[in-house]
Amino acid sequence: MPLKGLTSVAAPLLRDNVDTDAIIPSREMKTVGKIGLADGLFAGWRYQSVGSRVPEPSFVLNHPAYAGARILLTGRNFGCGSSREHAVWALSEYGFRVIIAASFAPIFEGNCLRNGLLPARLERHDIEQLAQLATRAEAPRPITIDVERGSVRCGELVLHFSLDGEAREMLITGRDAIGLTLADGGAATIDAWLESDTHRRPWIYPGADR
Amino acid sequence: MTRAMPDVSGFFDRVWCLHEIRPLGAGRSLLAIDRIFLHERTGAVALEALARRGQTVRAPLRTFCTMDHIVDTTVGRSDATRMPGGTAFITATRAAARAAGLRVFDLDDPDQGIVHVIAPELGLALPGASLVCPDSHTSTQGALGALAFGIGSTEAEHALATGALRVKRPAPLRIRVDGGLAPGVSAKDLALAIIARLGPDGASGQVIEYSGSGIRALSMEGRMTLCNLAAELSAFAAIIAPDDTTFEYVAGTPFAPKGALWDRALDHWRQLSSGIDEQPVDEVFDTTGLAPRVTWGTSPAQSVPIDVPVPDIGGVPEAGESLRRACEYMGLTPGTRLQDLAIDAAFIGSCTNGRLSDLREAARVLRGRRVAPGVRALCVPGSSRVKRAAEAEGLDRVFREAGFEWRESGCSMCFYAGGESFGRRERVISSTNRNFESRQGPETRTHLASPATVAASAVAGRITDPRTLGAS
Repeated sequence: MPLKGLTSVAAPLLRDNVDTDAIIPSREMKTVGKIGLADGLFAGWRYQSVGSRVPEPSFVLNHPAYAGARILLTGRNFGCGSSREHAVWALSEYGFRVIIAASFAPIFEGNCLRNGLLPARLERHDIEQLAQLATRAEAPRPITIDVERGSVRCGELVLHFSLDGEAREMLITGRDAIGLTLADGGAATIDAWLESDTHRRPWIYPGADR
Repeated sequence: MTRAMPDVSGFFDRVWCLHEIRPLGAGRSLLAIDRIFLHERTGAVALEALARRGQTVRAPLRTFCTMDHIVDTTVGRSDATRMPGGTAFITATRAAARAAGLRVFDLDDPDQGIVHVIAPELGLALPGASLVCPDSHTSTQGALGALAFGIGSTEAEHALATGALRVKRPAPLRIRVDGGLAPGVSAKDLALAIIARLGPDGASGQVIEYSGSGIRALSMEGRMTLCNLAAELSAFAAIIAPDDTTFEYVAGTPFAPKGALWDRALDHWRQLSSGIDEQPVDEVFDTTGLAPRVTWGTSPAQSVPIDVPVPDIGGVPEAGESLRRACEYMGLTPGTRLQDLAIDAAFIGSCTNGRLSDLREAARVLRGRRVAPGVRALCVPGSSRVKRAAEAEGLDRVFREAGFEWRESGCSMCFYAGGESFGRRERVISSTNRNFESRQGPETRTHLASPATVAASAVAGRITDPRTLGAS
């Protein structure tokens, strides 16, 4: 799923340390696979009680103004806790393509990039300003994301996030990391390195398994 | 044959260089992965996705799989799980792992257990090696001097297919710990103190390098507890340069190199870690006055010494809202004395504190005592080996006679997967790693603490300082 950019309403969840147990509780990971997770997204906050599907009206995603939001605005250390990639799969399946946060937990950030979900870092005060402009609930104003330029625009406000070259390319082209590693003689480079490491650290390689 | 080390570098830098296949630009490298560990919660997802791409596991003899996350832990267990639909995770992972030729530590295997307990005890995690697992607490294994880090499922596919990962080199965060631990105070308390000081993202994306007299004095198992909780600082990993404590531990393990190969590995490890403790550091922790700690909130960073009340919410406006939410969820108010809180349940186990030394620590408190009426108490050994070793010492009897359930090994009620759980709004004292909302059950209120504190609290029926019950 390549992502060059998009324009969408943004849902504000301006909390720090939103953990992956909150994004998708373990109890909502019911089947082996990467799909069928959107219903469980933020289940603990989104529904009135554990196991129910009765919407909790005070939760942001249940506000009609944010229906169809593809951008999530949040605080520091988003995606901390469990490494479960189901958090990213659930966010994507629900419809999110961009998470704007003051910072991300490292495994979560990597999982985003492997699944075409943009993790954009902005300063906290910029996120607050963006939220004020974009999320007046009576009439949310859309935000425009440009991945190539690393820009976030809402009306007159333009902010920038940085992304390293590989992350940007993978988002824009949808290119997959295994392909990238094995292309252009990559496989042979690994073979040669392992061959020499087998002599350097033989105890690592039981039965000469390279 | 050991590669020459750069002159000025920390232990992490040395291990990183040892695994660098080639630089990829922008601080990223293709890094060789020596060991991959899978588990049933995500193993089938990764292996099936790999097979669908037409790829195979590159190094099946260096790839392992255990059953830990959602397995039943009651005695006489089978593939049936308490979690609805859980059996499919086990059977699908077993089938995919066997088809790929992996060594599976299955439910009936005497070496089965929680991945971060069995990889060290079997000698599959080695000093200076790189190891990945789709689990955030993989940092545990850095205690042996391994570069061990948690990854997602798609990254696991990459590691399985290529034997390598594209990794951005993390910055080190060097933490020195000075001083020993007083009686009744454990590595868990030290870890909670560090997390409270640095905050839940205090080492975000960094590799924590622990050093100092306080680390050297810790047992291997204490070091594992400390490194385990690096995940709660959002660290990339944690690592401790190996020393004689490490080598003695590894030497007794079944998969460790033997004979001449051992001698060669040992030379390499000694050279790899030489001069490391003279490195400059970023943070210093002094253990003087360190007391048993208990979390009061919904983040592992929200802990206090056991005799200090829940902090006041005023002061930091930004933090105020999250503190208020945490207090509300936990059913507490600022100023509450933790030791006034009655508990409904007590849990000992997990990759954080489910090892033999943890069980011994709890058993010392429990010996000759009974769990308070109305308190549900469980002990779930971290591995089948830990369970057998504990039984050989008679620890199972101590737990049972005190009124604890004595279980088969697994992750168990460290988290709620839809099966077994603690009750709604029940207050649980737990030797685990996360006190997030509903982590251990619907609206369950979790207080993290050391095994000794959990045991003492189970006996008293309220949160209790283990030193008052003679913990050592």
